[in-house]
Amino acid sequence: MKLKASEPFKFRTRLTLVQATGRKAGNIMELLEGIRESDDSIIYHHTHRFLKQFHFLVPEPANDFAYWVNNILQEEKLGEELASVEIVRFNSLEAIKRAFVEILERHLKQVSEPMRAVSSGKEFHFLRSIRFSIPTSHQARDYAEFIECLRNVSVSTLYLHVFEARLRPPYGVDDFSNWFLKQFNDAEIQKAISRLDPYSYTLEGLRRRIIRILEQRIQEMKNA
Amino acid sequence: MLEEYRKIAGSNAIDEIQLIADRLKGKTVLHVNSTAVGGGVAEILNRMIPMMTELGLKPKWELIKGGDDFYAVTKKFHNALHGHEQDLTPKDYQVYKDTLKMNMEGMSLDYDMLFIHDPQPAALIEKRNSSKNKWIWRCHIDISHPAEEVWDFLKQYVLKHDAMIISAPNFSQKIPIPQMLVPPSIDPLSDKNKELSDEEVKKIMARLQIPTDKPLITQVSRFDRLKDPVGVLEAFKKIQHYVTARLLLVGGPADDDPEGAAVLAEVRQMADGNPDIIILCLPPTSNIEINAIQRASSVILQKSLKEGFGLTVSEALWKGKPVIAGAVGGIPLQITHKYSGILVRSIDGTAYWMKRLVHEPEYARRLGENGREHVRENFLLTRHLRDYLLICLYLESGKETFIRL
Repeated sequence: MKLKASEPFKFRTRLTLVQATGRKAGNIMELLEGIRESDDSIIYHHTHRFLKQFHFLVPEPANDFAYWVNNILQEEKLGEELASVEIVRFNSLEAIKRAFVEILERHLKQVSEPMRAVSSGKEFHFLRSIRFSIPTSHQARDYAEFIECLRNVSVSTLYLHVFEARLRPPYGVDDFSNWFLKQFNDAEIQKAISRLDPYSYTLEGLRRRIIRILEQRIQEMKNA
Repeated sequence: MLEEYRKIAGSNAIDEIQLIADRLKGKTVLHVNSTAVGGGVAEILNRMIPMMTELGLKPKWELIKGGDDFYAVTKKFHNALHGHEQDLTPKDYQVYKDTLKMNMEGMSLDYDMLFIHDPQPAALIEKRNSSKNKWIWRCHIDISHPAEEVWDFLKQYVLKHDAMIISAPNFSQKIPIPQMLVPPSIDPLSDKNKELSDEEVKKIMARLQIPTDKPLITQVSRFDRLKDPVGVLEAFKKIQHYVTARLLLVGGPADDDPEGAAVLAEVRQMADGNPDIIILCLPPTSNIEINAIQRASSVILQKSLKEGFGLTVSEALWKGKPVIAGAVGGIPLQITHKYSGILVRSIDGTAYWMKRLVHEPEYARRLGENGREHVRENFLLTRHLRDYLLICLYLESGKETFIRL
């Protein structure tokens, strides 16, 4: 195995700015209609940004839609279903949107009692994330440098490369795995990182876990 | 100055600000508001302007000048935007227009970015002479239910801006310009929020003669019905039988506020003869005292019935304290129920959670810790600055939703 990568891994960071759309929902039907008409930047906001915003919590709240249905509308069963949508397992925001739409449509077909609505001021507000991808000064050409960078980058960087990366080509693959595979033909790293679940770690915990995976990998290579 | 914030906000937060600012180096930025001292806007700008300079931008801060009649009109605007109908005459609107016209003549508006704060300077946009300059109307007011007449009047100016900034989602309007969401922030280095040693806290508590032998449950707020001090007292009385704790209500003196004085008198009467209820009136400059009181408390309440943003919640969370607060205004943005604090809607709910948090200090500690991290990420001055810089980049980029630098 070669020791230095021909192309360095350049760490970037993701920053977001929140934009209000002026649209709101007071019941399930309005929530469904709002989601149906949402573009990627709105779906991203209520799923991915939400996850990152509360990254220090374990267990983390699942997504904005589930939180509102569960805690504000108090439709616990539906809230549970919406919370079970595993955001990071999807390869596109459109697919995530479809998953929510299907759950809400199924719910509306099944229920017979009158639709619950929230009082004024408690509506769900559809928001949009304006996403910025910004280069950082961190670059790595080998395993050791990579670990060093990982210790110092922000959690936004971690989130961008591990979870959000799966939404763009090559779909379903995080940036770290992709780099180790391309540069060092190391498929073991991909296997280990793709198994990581953001719902089981804080992003700080995740940072420690990836560093441990890489340290173990260095040790294995030394022993081989 | 930025380096002072590095330890508090985190190294990465400062690095990120510097990365964004690198793209805006040399840009001229103008902030216009109506007052240099007092009030949240002036407090923030006093800190933010030097930080922008340090980052390589060229910021300037101008004040709108006007007579008493102008401020009387803009006070009415303010109340109307808050939803209280006002009696405005054609002359009032003319006073506003004339004052702004006079200001336009004396003020250079040739800047790359212009942040126009609140209604007072909104009509400056009439002097806009180039679409190259980016104009942003920054609204610090709760405009969720504005009185129509005044909002319609102001809207003619607002819509000529490139974007509007609001503090909470429920303040958004159905208008065709982008509405950016930028919540207010606290300054972690101010007297009200800076770190204090246990020794300093003890000294201040002794000076204020507040006993600390029992856990303190504290609400710091004006004696105002909307802050519900009476409800807080009732809730505390409900749990006194089961809980060893003191209730501390801290507010202003209410000398020149007849309604406040009436509420204070009522609260004092309710507390009469109850040794575990302390009512304290402090002058408005008591920032460090409030800081110490919050740090000495076990649980902090903000049982408001109505709020603008309710930034006092973030101030308490920043001290790592478990907070029980009314689910009103901007408070739900600061507290995610049962994760980073407790949201309540009733006296019974408040009593229930007070009791639980006193009896379950480990859970209370976790809420406080989560709350502090939430504030670190979302409600510090550094995040506020970062958002302003990102808005500049967003407008420069042609309002794309995905911007790769």
